[in-house]
Amino acid sequence: MSSHRLASGGLVDRAQPLSFSFDGEARSGFAGDTIASALIANGVKLVGRSFKYHRPRGILTAGSEEPNALVELRTGARREPNTRATTAELYDGLVATSQNRWPSLRHDIGAVNDWLSGFLVAGFYYKTFMWPAKLWEAVYEPLIRRAAGLGRAAGAEDPDHYEKAFAHCDVLVIGAGPAGLMAALAAGRAGARVILADEDFRLGGRLLAERYEIDGKTGVDWAAQVEAELASMPDVRIMRRTTVTSVFDHGQYAAIERVNDHVPVPPEHEPRHRLWKIVAKRAVLAAGALERMIAFGNNDRPGVMLASAMRAYINRYAATPGRRIAVFTDNDDGWRTAADAHAAGIEIVAVVDSRAEPPGEFKALGVKAITGALITHVHGTLGVEAIDVIEHGRTTKIECDALAVSGGWNPAVHLTCHLGGKPVWTEEIAAFTPGTLPPGMHVAGAANGALTLAQCLTGGMAAGAMAAVECGYPMASIALPRADDEPASITAFWRVKESRAKAFVDFQNDVTVKDIALADREGFSAVEHLKRYTTLGMATDQGKIANVSGLAILAELSGRSIPDVGTTTYRPPYVPVSFGAMAGHHRGRDFRPIRLTPSHRWASAQGATFVETGPWLRAQYYPRADEKDWLETVNREVRTTRGSVGVCDVSTFGKIEIEGADAAVFLDRVCANTFSTLSVGKARYALLLREDGFVMDDGTVARLAPERFVMMSTTANAVRTMQHLEFCHQVLWPSLDVQLVSVSEQWAQFAIAGPRSRDVLRKLIDEKYDVGDKALPHLGAREVTVGGIGARLYRLSFSGELAYELAIPARYGDAMIRAIMAAGEEFGIAPYGTEALGAMRIEKGHVSGNEINGQLTARDLGLGRMVSGKKDCIVRLCL
Amino acid sequence: MRIPCPFCGSRGNDEFTYLGDASVRRPDPAAPDAMRAFHDYVYLRENPSGLHQELWFHGSGCRSWLIVTRNTRTHEVSEVKLVGRGGEA
Repeated sequence: MSSHRLASGGLVDRAQPLSFSFDGEARSGFAGDTIASALIANGVKLVGRSFKYHRPRGILTAGSEEPNALVELRTGARREPNTRATTAELYDGLVATSQNRWPSLRHDIGAVNDWLSGFLVAGFYYKTFMWPAKLWEAVYEPLIRRAAGLGRAAGAEDPDHYEKAFAHCDVLVIGAGPAGLMAALAAGRAGARVILADEDFRLGGRLLAERYEIDGKTGVDWAAQVEAELASMPDVRIMRRTTVTSVFDHGQYAAIERVNDHVPVPPEHEPRHRLWKIVAKRAVLAAGALERMIAFGNNDRPGVMLASAMRAYINRYAATPGRRIAVFTDNDDGWRTAADAHAAGIEIVAVVDSRAEPPGEFKALGVKAITGALITHVHGTLGVEAIDVIEHGRTTKIECDALAVSGGWNPAVHLTCHLGGKPVWTEEIAAFTPGTLPPGMHVAGAANGALTLAQCLTGGMAAGAMAAVECGYPMASIALPRADDEPASITAFWRVKESRAKAFVDFQNDVTVKDIALADREGFSAVEHLKRYTTLGMATDQGKIANVSGLAILAELSGRSIPDVGTTTYRPPYVPVSFGAMAGHHRGRDFRPIRLTPSHRWASAQGATFVETGPWLRAQYYPRADEKDWLETVNREVRTTRGSVGVCDVSTFGKIEIEGADAAVFLDRVCANTFSTLSVGKARYALLLREDGFVMDDGTVARLAPERFVMMSTTANAVRTMQHLEFCHQVLWPSLDVQLVSVSEQWAQFAIAGPRSRDVLRKLIDEKYDVGDKALPHLGAREVTVGGIGARLYRLSFSGELAYELAIPARYGDAMIRAIMAAGEEFGIAPYGTEALGAMRIEKGHVSGNEINGQLTARDLGLGRMVSGKKDCIVRLCL
Repeated sequence: MRIPCPFCGSRGNDEFTYLGDASVRRPDPAAPDAMRAFHDYVYLRENPSGLHQELWFHGSGCRSWLIVTRNTRTHEVSEVKLVGRGGEA
């Protein structure tokens, strides 16, 4: 049995012991532990060093709001820095390492910063590293970053994969504490499609950490019973280990699911994390509340812990942070910790209450109560050894090995603010509660400022039922479970003025009361300025513990009221989200889909080098064994094409069919040049301009029938051109009788160019079609058949030679290229890639793709004369 | 954001492309002040705080151009309709 594990109780599975290591030392825990609870059970207090002063730090909380206990989890390529030990589930063989210390956690050279702290006050960097300016990037910043740090990234490619997923529901319930469970139950019983998401691996929220009774059962049993009912409902989905991080417009929510962080290696084909986009008609926010600290001297020593966290470790994990515990509180909650620790047989040396009159309910407890008193100082460096208590001006030193602190509760209003809602100060509970809510969101329970159990159950039920009704379901009949409201009075108290040692407000950024006072003195007294100047509320915890205390202290120091000071902006995400999850499968080769041409397989077999053009992979050139570099290859391809015949896959060009009685009128309007005069069986170069007169795209339009045209656009602009034509058709001239359809994917198209190209074609095109100069002159276009298959033949040249483009349904593309190569063998045909294509275009003086960059007009490209003088187009005005 | 497409129902905004103000009308190129009118048509847009009629293209859906009435302060979408039913500009 580990030194600080209680003999009985808790929700850990004592039948499943797990071994793990922290900083190389072997430790043991149980299934159901977090790293933090297992470390506490092992008697470990010191778990990290702070960001700036390298102060020794312990575990402050039992949840995702943890500012201190950040560890590097796992090793090698799977090493993950800044993992909160308070949420990381223990598994057998887990390896965790402390951060930001050298050479070791107990003896950290960087701790010298603590002695230099007189210099390292808020704004130190801004004031000190001012000049010479060029040294900032080269010298100062790298040095500061190395000294003030968090964990190290793995430095190797992540071997795991991550994915994105989508879900839709009627009611999204965020948080599975008493309010969330009731909301899910009410909505579920009404028949709504419900998603219940909770960041913990076990449902119940604070019920797991308290000794509450509901309906005559323990809170834990009640939660399990509700969970069982929810799990039996076909339209209710329970998402564990899932934190809803962000609220977006129109009922969209982002959530991060830690699918496999609780196992050593994710099972094959399973992701580590999954990033959810949840679309919900209604949401019930039941995210609970976060307990806050009080600022007093050395309040950051390992062993100082939030009172609620201490209760969680004792009740849920049967692990005690100390054997002789003191409590410091300004509200009734601290007393509950004393009562629970007392019940677990742990000695309570004193309960220090800043109020003169503590609640009567706890008098029977029989622990030493010091009321109207404050803790000014914590003794001990690597762990709490004693506290100084000041009572009526007299200071007493009391020995203890752990200290629980409760400064009151801050409702987790974060998600209510993501669309611009501002929380409002509620004097009754001395905390900010939700203000204007995002459309479709209800708030219930502690998140709504209803801090006590019966209120949570009532509020949750009402919100869940209301949400379901708003989605069109009937009001569910559901009995409210029996439970009592526990005492919860508070007289908010923020800082102990009598303290001389550093009194921390933001533990993660080492911001003290003094720093806030300095910021205020120097004029940074707007709350957003305070944040930027002192870094209060930044980094991985985003000030979940610190923010409200910080602004309350600022209010006190500057003689303003708390609502007057206001809060900083709560931005998404609520908890850190891994980059892997944001990228999902879109990394490396899978960054975006790759499109392959119909001749790709054949070209690969030829040993072609490929190049990305937009989403396409096109053959760049076809090197031969005896060629020493790409230039030699490209020169040969050009020479062969110019001298005999070459073939190039041009299927990537956009192809748009334009049909209808007004098709010609439409083309006249969308193109800079005229098409109504184009005769059937002919093609013409086409220039498309944007509304501002700049060139949007170029290509070719062929008239296959009086009312049927096909437009070929460039590869890069195929999508944009289609969108533009849709715009012209639907928005500008909806009365024109014309239909558009993109057929880019339907046709494989090959350019066959060079003096022998007609000879090659003659062998391919079915006999009955004349491909002679008369029947198919320059810029001719006609429908033909190849082996009985309908094809289109255009006599187009972008390379200055006799040249054709042959289009055939895409599924025959592979066969076609092989047939072309076979037919051209006797003429020495060579396939050519995009390099040779570009070279020949430029030699001909033709516009090349790179010139259509949105910055050139027709005149810039030497095409000014093409722009029809009769056009109602802006270009004419520009010219 | 989500946009209720008249054909496809409520869809995520990643399926749509934004163009801008739907209230601008292409001027008559034959008008004497066509140069100035076209300049304004191409370059000048209001930037209202509040209701805004704007063009969105449902490119990953039905390929319709839509006129979406959106509150630029709240992103609330109050009306979505197909363009082109009001005759030519």
